[in-house]
Amino acid sequence: MLSLIVSEGKDLTKEEKQRLRKEKKQQKKIKEKKDDKASQENEKEKKPVTSAAPASQPPTQPTPTKTKAELKAERRARQEAERASKQTKKGETGQQAATSKPKAPPSDLQPVVKRLPEHIQVDNPDVLKKLAKKLERQQIPLRSDYGYKVSLFSHLHQYSRKAPLTQQLSIPSTVIHPAIVRLGLQYSHGIVAGSNARSVALLHAFKQVIRDYTTPQNEELSRDLVNKLKPYISFLNQCRPLSASMGNAIKYIKKEISNIPSNCKEDEAKNKLLNCIESYINEKIILAGVAIAKCAIEKQKISDGDVILVYGCSSLVNHILCKAFEKNRKFRVIVVDSRPRLEGKEALRRLVQKGISCTYVLISAVSYILPEVSKVFLGAHALLANGYVMSRVGTSQIALVAKAFNVPVLVCCETYKFCDRVQTDSFVSNELDDPDDLIVTRKGTTPLEGWENESSLGLLNLVYDVTPPDFVDLVITELGMIPCTSVPVVLRVKNVDQ
Amino acid sequence: MELQAVLMAAGGGSRMTDLTYNTPKAMLPVGNKPLMWYPLNLLEKVGFEEVIVITTKEVQKAMSTDLKIKDVKMKLDVVSIQEDGDMGTADALRHIQPKIKTDILVLSCDLITDVALHEVVDLFRAHNATMAMLMSKAHEFTETVPGQKGKKKTAEQRDFVGVDKSGKRLLFMANEADLEDGLSIRKSIMRKHPRMLIKTGLVDAHLYCLKKAVVDFLTENKSISSIRGELVPYLVRKQFSKTVNSQKLKDDTDDQTQEKNDGPLLISSRDEPLLQLAQERSCWNDHRGDMSEAYHGGKLRCYVHIMDQGLCCRVNTLAAYIEVNRLAPKLFEEPSVHPSADISERCQMGSDSIIGAVCHIADKTSIKRSTIGNFTTVKEKVKVTNSIIMHGVTIEEGCNIQGSVICSNAVIGRGADLKYCLVGNGQHIEPEGKS
Repeated sequence: MLSLIVSEGKDLTKEEKQRLRKEKKQQKKIKEKKDDKASQENEKEKKPVTSAAPASQPPTQPTPTKTKAELKAERRARQEAERASKQTKKGETGQQAATSKPKAPPSDLQPVVKRLPEHIQVDNPDVLKKLAKKLERQQIPLRSDYGYKVSLFSHLHQYSRKAPLTQQLSIPSTVIHPAIVRLGLQYSHGIVAGSNARSVALLHAFKQVIRDYTTPQNEELSRDLVNKLKPYISFLNQCRPLSASMGNAIKYIKKEISNIPSNCKEDEAKNKLLNCIESYINEKIILAGVAIAKCAIEKQKISDGDVILVYGCSSLVNHILCKAFEKNRKFRVIVVDSRPRLEGKEALRRLVQKGISCTYVLISAVSYILPEVSKVFLGAHALLANGYVMSRVGTSQIALVAKAFNVPVLVCCETYKFCDRVQTDSFVSNELDDPDDLIVTRKGTTPLEGWENESSLGLLNLVYDVTPPDFVDLVITELGMIPCTSVPVVLRVKNVDQ
Repeated sequence: MELQAVLMAAGGGSRMTDLTYNTPKAMLPVGNKPLMWYPLNLLEKVGFEEVIVITTKEVQKAMSTDLKIKDVKMKLDVVSIQEDGDMGTADALRHIQPKIKTDILVLSCDLITDVALHEVVDLFRAHNATMAMLMSKAHEFTETVPGQKGKKKTAEQRDFVGVDKSGKRLLFMANEADLEDGLSIRKSIMRKHPRMLIKTGLVDAHLYCLKKAVVDFLTENKSISSIRGELVPYLVRKQFSKTVNSQKLKDDTDDQTQEKNDGPLLISSRDEPLLQLAQERSCWNDHRGDMSEAYHGGKLRCYVHIMDQGLCCRVNTLAAYIEVNRLAPKLFEEPSVHPSADISERCQMGSDSIIGAVCHIADKTSIKRSTIGNFTTVKEKVKVTNSIIMHGVTIEEGCNIQGSVICSNAVIGRGADLKYCLVGNGQHIEPEGKS
């Protein structure tokens, strides 16, 4: 990415550069006046293409009018070149580095075009229009947002479970493969939840799609199948935003499909793809889980007399604990849970079924229970390129309190969940769940019952949050035990391999 | 392809023989459209492109001449069966088994509803259910039924339906007729679902989504002949039977034969281990409080969607027929007077009346809350209130018809005064007749 920017810079003439420098100085002065307001709006209102100024600046500031058209045309030409070079890139998980930093460092004079992913620009009507057009082209219904959104998160989608996407689809679904419709429904109802489960279910559905696929005349399987998968992925994204692990799985499949030689017969190609999917699941999920468990147990991360704290229901952490119990380690577990999902109850059930002695608390009691705890095991939804851990909302709180009590925090994560996105806060890219989940009826009364009618009341149901690497002591992956800051190294190694 | 629609239109209408004397039930006019047009319209609106229609030769003939049915844009694959009435709905499914390639949606021709079909089908899809059905809260019929003198008949056999806490999973279904000495619920059900709601005031809409495996199962078990009466209670009971859940009992010969019979029902899909893995790794459970996994590990699941608002009516009795004639036209935004009808100016027509095609309505007539079929002639000074008049009827002058049903091709003589009568097909009522 960086190399591309440098080469673009050489396209500019000297006059352009001087003009840019002057503009930057002007805007810096105006910026210092409006510091407070801009710092908040910077996070959300970055418009990459439509903003008139070359360097990414908040649109509230005045821009030079003379060179506007020229600069725009130039930028567009540059973007076409960029797009042409990025053929294989796809997916709604923003792959650009530094999506959240609006101020380019002053020494960087080249205008950096930063493209924000669409799913965090919901309050921008242009982006919405583009999305609507794209969905129309792919014949997928658009899911409308529900309810009042809290202002800090108004750039994210918020859907209601009572308005499923299938309402607008025809019943024997012809546009979208039935396996994908079923999967989308299961995602939006929460029947398949959890990063590993969602990826496995996605790959299972793709297997069915590939089995039922026939290459049309005059088309190549390697290109046509990828095009067939695109509307399915948009549909799944509408049902529930894709997770990082799903994004990586999709990237892998698309690569495998496009690598199929054109002289390969259809049956052979299909078999090859099905085998690829099987081996991906086997290697990256099942065997990785086994390796992580082995690593954790043999390297004495779970020793006799330990009191281990877990949060929510992470399939990997549960697996590790069950394996450790089978190897006759003597430990007990404290399960911390939080509303509205109350996933800890499911974790509790699985551990107790094995015979592990457990304690169950809500997250509000974490600081009371931590003096007893010897280790904290956390699962992750994704590991970001700057070492931050993205996980269920509440994880960062647990890590923070554990740090305050000097309790080691270990994050368990397979390498296929590593993504090269960078985030430092939980606001920019997150997921808003159905706000009606927060409504609870106790003793016959429902206090939040007419919440939509209160104009000043907003319900916020966040799904993820981001934990800084200072709070995480170790990340256990199938490649070994690495510190949080080594994530970009792993990513680089992986990219080189592929 | 995801779902195939099957429309059962071979029913005889045994509970309204007066009406079905000459016209088969599927072609009875409701709001001037044949009865079977309504489920076909429901399927067409939702997006089906093909329907398999199981019917008798008589209905098939009538269908080919009916205009409204010709209007239907879907491809109708009509399968005709014998009229002797021995074939139950499940037998009919067995008959068309070679045509069935995917899961099916079975409808009855006498269902008139405005349900959002995706609610039923979503339950079927999301939970990978073996069966999903539609039920509705029953409404009392308010109109007086002609031909029924005195109080209402004793309540028909009630259905006892047991659902779980969420109201979606079907746990228990039995008809009063089968419960001779009280309602007994197995302990295994109570252990798994300690809270069960039993409802009696529900109408079964006879709309079922069934897995293909069920149709295969029917071909092996020829003793099941009715979907509603035998197959559905069987499936609901099978959810909790031991052989379904545990696969260890292979020693007993009894269990073996049962397993052989259930074999098709529990057919596992090709990627079962992957699905299992996804379910294992998912942190979702449909119930809380006990040690078992989602769905209690059961592979057979039955779901029900209970409608509490909206129209859902099965036209299998005379009372239902009259009620539906009142309500069905409101479902569609069609003009109440057919453009080809010839209505004179001095006719008083109420807003909730419907006039069919090629009608002649003379002066000084008053038509209120009634349905008048195609090709009928109404002469002067006739008062028609609250009635249903089918096709081809001639009503002479000065008649007064109230709360009655007049079947096709009848002739009502001059000055007749009919209150709450049911006039059969092709009958002639003498002039000055009173009832």
